[in-house]
Amino acid sequence: MGMTIAEKILAFKSGKNQVRPGDIVEPAVDLAMSHENAALVINQFLEIYQGTGLTPRVWNPDNITIIFDHRVPAESSKTANNQKKIREFVAAQGITKFHEIRGDVGGICHQVLPEYGYVHPGSLVLGTDSHTTSHGAMGAFAMGIGATEMASVWCLGAILNLEVPATIRVNVSGKLPGYIYPKDIILYLIGMLTANGATFRALEFHGPVIEKMSVSGRLTLANMSVEAGATTGIIPADAETIRYLQQEAEVQEPIEPVLPDPDAVYEQTVDIDVTNMEPQAACPHTVDNVKPVREVAGKTLHQIVIGSCTNGRLDDLEIAARILKGKKVADNVRMLVFPASGRIYRQALQKGYIADLAASGAVIMNPGCGCCLGVHQGALADGETALATTNRNFKGRMGNPNAEVYLCSPATAAVSAITGKITDPREERR
Amino acid sequence: MAQVIIKFGDDISTDTIYPGRFMATVLPTETPAFAFADYKEFNKQLNDKKFPQGSIIIAGNNFGCGSSREQAVSCLKGHELVIVAKSYARIFLQNAVNLGLQALTAPDIEATEGDELVVADNRIVNKTTGKSFTVIPLSGSRQAVMNAGGLISYTRERLVRK
Repeated sequence: MGMTIAEKILAFKSGKNQVRPGDIVEPAVDLAMSHENAALVINQFLEIYQGTGLTPRVWNPDNITIIFDHRVPAESSKTANNQKKIREFVAAQGITKFHEIRGDVGGICHQVLPEYGYVHPGSLVLGTDSHTTSHGAMGAFAMGIGATEMASVWCLGAILNLEVPATIRVNVSGKLPGYIYPKDIILYLIGMLTANGATFRALEFHGPVIEKMSVSGRLTLANMSVEAGATTGIIPADAETIRYLQQEAEVQEPIEPVLPDPDAVYEQTVDIDVTNMEPQAACPHTVDNVKPVREVAGKTLHQIVIGSCTNGRLDDLEIAARILKGKKVADNVRMLVFPASGRIYRQALQKGYIADLAASGAVIMNPGCGCCLGVHQGALADGETALATTNRNFKGRMGNPNAEVYLCSPATAAVSAITGKITDPREERR
Repeated sequence: MAQVIIKFGDDISTDTIYPGRFMATVLPTETPAFAFADYKEFNKQLNDKKFPQGSIIIAGNNFGCGSSREQAVSCLKGHELVIVAKSYARIFLQNAVNLGLQALTAPDIEATEGDELVVADNRIVNKTTGKSFTVIPLSGSRQAVMNAGGLISYTRERLVRK
């Protein structure tokens, strides 16, 4: 019987010819990623070694990557101390793929990994961050895990007791209308599947719309797969994946796509035709509360956020800059832009996007997760509403349980920045 | 017998259980102070040790959705609570197993604040209403980690054997 991409990767990494959904495997890990929560991973890692008489050594320092992004620069002495502790551990263990708080090599983990070519088709990638699903965009099996699970991976180089997920096939077809972006497609899908519709499942994306989509757009889809509960969200590697890895990430090694067997067994198939799709918004306080932007238009806004691992890439900033060039952000709105990495920041500077956005009234923030997780750089006041290109709108997400967050595409965010209220981006052409 | 101390609906996220602004706090001895921090009264009751060990939180589907932050589990474990939910988000359930937090899956559970529940042999009996509910047991591999006392000791055994 044929296998899906997720099954093929897990079988290969476990040294098996075949796996089936529900099988328990212990696959070898290609890349183990953490950010500031490595501070907790380090604690757990050292605790595992306690009483063993063994010297704590990570299984392979070249297969571990640590990126500072969640609270950069440190918002408190507590975070600063965590970061210091991680730096010392990185140096002691000889971890090579370490990305500091810097304008050259820094950025959000889920942008840095593809940029540096750390993830290849067929890789098994684990990260102590739920949006690790992002890396399925490269045709890899990528999923989020907790800190203790990561400590175990650091010791053993494998993940214990992984249950092979069944796969849901998502076919995306039709003619993409103007003002519809990958973000609209994934929000629409999450609305269809619901917040736990893909729990303990892998998503596998197919169809002509996916084939024509850039790696940047595919990262948006894979990133938010977890918002439907998915273990991982995989886009089959193709010429675009290889182009990205060779040209943008300068990968030299041969790249071998892992594709599903023609007779692969899918638990369910979901078909989406984008031809008549409207711009989508996830409304408070769950990501699956998805409606056409038109239905929530007119809502007064106080903060607009463009950025995050979902939509902080160059094409996202380009869309925002094109819309805002020569225009002004409404007086009632604070607009914050977080480029997803140092590299994207520099590219956006060269292309003039940063100047156009800043001239419109947007505040250009440093690369990082920023206010997405509600720690710093843009908390909301009581009763305020934010419109963000980020990935979560849970109660309290942007630092205040008495505020609301709507999620949308960069185009919807940028057009709404001008009007100061939620606006269907198609209004722009009228 | 243990009492239900609070009841939640579906899709309770890790931002509700352990808000992101406290994520710089990682030690399991320190995280319990911020459990359900935005539910100020409940948080205070927890911190004032108003509830005995084994007290129960009832929840609907997809409890613990969102972030992979382990603080969302360690904060509940620190208060020695038991979770009974209709279903869990994957990472939360795995973190619960890894840290040894009792997170029971009871798809049909009906219970409300103040009810007294008895858990035994994959059944929950609501002594207040007289109704009984099935608990879906953990998979064998997850139960093995629980039996070892969590993933730290489970991994330690593997490491020593290696």
